[in-house]
Amino acid sequence: MRKLYLFLLLAFLILLVLPKVMSSYALGIFIMIFFYAYLGQSWNILTGYTGVISLGHSLYVGIGAYMTYLLTLTLGLPPWIGMWIGGICAGAVGLVIGFFGFRFGLKGVYFVLLTISFAEIGRLIVLHLKVFGSFQGLFITPHFSAVNFQFKDNVPYYYIALGYVVFSLIVVRLLERSKIGRYMVALREEEEAAESLGVDVFKYKMIAIFISAFMTSLAGAFYTNYLYYLHPSTMMSMAFSIEIILRPIIGGMGTVLGPVIGSFLITPLAEISRTYFAKAGYEGLHLVIYGFLLVAVVLFFPRGVISYMKKALSPLLSGEKSH
Amino acid sequence: MNLNLILQLALSGFLLGGVYSLIALGLSLIFGVMRVINFAHGEMMVWGMYVAYTILLWTGVDPFFSFLVSAIILFILGYLLQRSVVNRILDFPEAMQVLPLVGMAMVFENSARLIWGPDYISPQSKFALSSISLGPLTIDTPRLMAFSIAILITVLVLVFLKKTDMGKSIRAAADNRLGAFLVGTDVNKVYAVCFGIGTACVGSAGGLLVPIMPLSPYIGAPFTLISFIIVILGGMGSLTGAMVGGFIIGVAESIGPEVITNIFHGLGVDLEFPHTMKQVVSFFILIVILILRPQGLFGGKKR
Repeated sequence: MRKLYLFLLLAFLILLVLPKVMSSYALGIFIMIFFYAYLGQSWNILTGYTGVISLGHSLYVGIGAYMTYLLTLTLGLPPWIGMWIGGICAGAVGLVIGFFGFRFGLKGVYFVLLTISFAEIGRLIVLHLKVFGSFQGLFITPHFSAVNFQFKDNVPYYYIALGYVVFSLIVVRLLERSKIGRYMVALREEEEAAESLGVDVFKYKMIAIFISAFMTSLAGAFYTNYLYYLHPSTMMSMAFSIEIILRPIIGGMGTVLGPVIGSFLITPLAEISRTYFAKAGYEGLHLVIYGFLLVAVVLFFPRGVISYMKKALSPLLSGEKSH
Repeated sequence: MNLNLILQLALSGFLLGGVYSLIALGLSLIFGVMRVINFAHGEMMVWGMYVAYTILLWTGVDPFFSFLVSAIILFILGYLLQRSVVNRILDFPEAMQVLPLVGMAMVFENSARLIWGPDYISPQSKFALSSISLGPLTIDTPRLMAFSIAILITVLVLVFLKKTDMGKSIRAAADNRLGAFLVGTDVNKVYAVCFGIGTACVGSAGGLLVPIMPLSPYIGAPFTLISFIIVILGGMGSLTGAMVGGFIIGVAESIGPEVITNIFHGLGVDLEFPHTMKQVVSFFILIVILILRPQGLFGGKKR
């Protein structure tokens, strides 16, 4: 275990000095790696640890992004404060969805459909709100300053995104080691058994969906202030939800490092292939490849890449207890 | 409230509901037999639409005939998809069954975009603008045609399941996979054919929709969701449920926005419920049915 921590510390230190040697374009790719690793990690809390599948996480990103924007617009609140309020709103919406789903015992596909429905309703509502630019989407004029979360070049965004990832890793690791996390895993593995041993299944699922929604929505503030353009058809769509879940699935659900590994594997591929194919006139081809990848991963590596890495790295990390 | 308008909307929604029924029938058949949900259903429908559209473009044959070609091509696609992917995930936990089909949905959607381009197309077919008057109401001919053919196909599929040997094998495999296997049914083949029939249903529905609505690669996902809603409303695996659900959703989506706007106005709230938000009505119905009666209107006991 100690070797793994040392390795992670080393990786972190390398990532800290990377901006000194990398081009802005490369930094942009790293920012997307961190962004999707963070989102995947947030989704992982719900689906990876409790086994409740959500295909509507883009809803929370949208709530975070639009709430942060709205609070800046109306109250002049900087995004640094607004994002937490947005997070609480998203968490509250998560609790509503969770209440309907868990109280009425919706499982598997039924819960998936519930999450999709809420996300789609959210998307359609935002699409019709004039404040958010309706069908044109919302262009944000940047006012560069640290307080506004808006910067001229990629370096500050790089460190913020890295901060997001480290924050999520710490949260998930602490959660995993806590009683709550253990209950969550227990009810994932065998819900009836956990319940008969006195685990309050409803309560722990609600806690999981709240944390997951809250954390997901924090990424919305980043999205707003990094891209300066919000449109519900991109960031609140089901396609975006799929983007969110792809990396933790490929990396390994229900593990702390899975989403990060998945993002390091997939995001550069996705970003480079997207720009390459778009230039070559094959826009959308990268999504075809994604689709096949999703099929192949589930068929051939259902437990994610991390379980194979563990095997390969076990001599290096000898003495490590697998978690 | 304008009663005439509501009636008109209800009628056109009812006619569209016939096509919805056919789409949902395909999904329900696949679920009823294999316990797998085809998350690529709407995207496969879009393929059916583009096939009919391409035939119209190249040969001028009307989609009301060429939907047969859509059905055949989608049967082949469905058969191959079942053999290559779906058959391998039958015993996976539910969570893992969702994801490969979501992946296939992405493949279908974006390959359609690559082949046919991203823009909306409204092809002009012969009947496009004709209509029949019925008292104060008017009926679009293309809608009526689509409705009639969809009902005809639905009936044929039901007869096929009841009367033919293959249909009987499909029902046997749905009832008891092991039992069907033991009496010598080639279960894998039966499953693949059944999946093919399900996707052929949605493919022909796609062909029938070409004269009614503009097509684009991205309209698939909403149809996947609509067909889920219909199937859940009617009861998973219940073919009658899928048909009735199709009509309910067709009418509800059509009159919903108008009725809700009227209710808003009646309450003194100055709000419009735009027609582009009609899906909210269906999603609302889904949420209510999931909570109150998750087994659906015609479903048996809750599993």
